[in-house]
Amino acid sequence: MQHEHHDPAAHEQALHGLGYGIYILIWIGLVVLTGVTVAIAGVDVRQLAVLVAMLVASVKSTLVMAYFMHLKYEPPVFRWMFLVLLVTFAIFMILLFSDVLFRSSPNVLFG
Amino acid sequence: MSQHTESVVAHKHPSDFVGAKIGMWLFLFTEVLLFGGLFLLYAVYRAKYPVDFHLAATELDTFIGTVNTLLLLTSSLTVVLSIEALQRGNRKLSIGMLATTILFGLGFMVNKYFEWGHKIEHGLYPGSEKLLSHSQGEITFFQLYYAMTGLHGLHVLVGMAVLGGVLYFIARKPVNKEHMNPTILRRFQGAARLAVISDNGNELGTVARIDEDVRNIDIRISYEHGEKRFDPRNLIKLENSALYWHLVDVIWIFLFPLFYLIT
Repeated sequence: MQHEHHDPAAHEQALHGLGYGIYILIWIGLVVLTGVTVAIAGVDVRQLAVLVAMLVASVKSTLVMAYFMHLKYEPPVFRWMFLVLLVTFAIFMILLFSDVLFRSSPNVLFG
Repeated sequence: MSQHTESVVAHKHPSDFVGAKIGMWLFLFTEVLLFGGLFLLYAVYRAKYPVDFHLAATELDTFIGTVNTLLLLTSSLTVVLSIEALQRGNRKLSIGMLATTILFGLGFMVNKYFEWGHKIEHGLYPGSEKLLSHSQGEITFFQLYYAMTGLHGLHVLVGMAVLGGVLYFIARKPVNKEHMNPTILRRFQGAARLAVISDNGNELGTVARIDEDVRNIDIRISYEHGEKRFDPRNLIKLENSALYWHLVDVIWIFLFPLFYLIT
């Protein structure tokens, strides 16, 4: 293995050689969180339920992206790119809701 | 020696694995925005028809939804284990995990088939007479339900096809295709031969003489290898396909509570 430092595969291995255990641990966490959302949906907590459900979904997708998608172990540029995506989506959301909530036309959505 | 070979042979597939991965992520971002638009639509209409949405959601089977969530989560685990196995030179485990992933995807689609089929049987599909007799909010809920889980199901199918392709690449005999640079070929014509030479300089055999009549050299090498060796290009194929698969999982992580758990 004298060419090891040229071998991209070896480089990858050095980068993500996390072992099988961590992935199984993350999977157990994801299954538990799924149980939590299903259980909480049974309890009547009204508006809070949506908030909790979205919070749990966010935690689950963060786990998937950080570990399964290796985002935690990629160069920083990947996380910056992801931040740009979140900001873009937030802009869409703000623009849409500022229109929907404050529009005053004959066919208003609210009220 | 290897330096010399590299100058003679023009590689057809230059590899930039980080670049390939950045490209994949950029593509995934467009997918997020595609579904993001639908999620925004959902948010606006749920805010408008909160009661109707709760009522309509009671028609959905939480049990099937939960089973499908677990199927996709577990398939995300198996595909990442497939990557880890390939990196560790355990090709057999990698292939097994990849096949398991595709099977979980199939299980998800079979569930979807029965779920949709059941609903369509009961007359609950966009434009159906029964659905049109419901309130506007319920109609909207089912339009969004079919559009979003349908688009998601399409992504599961595409993901399965892509992972199947990668499975073929990992399982098949490796093939290297090289094309000799014509200007270098001209220098060798008439006074050279193509030979296999080991790393320490021993000639293992002559493949062909290169005389004036040789116009072009294409080399196609396919070989058997042991468990530990793998084509690094297969690793990036697997990793990028797995990224797609995980994204499909992440989208479902949000779809599940929004459609099945609001009763």
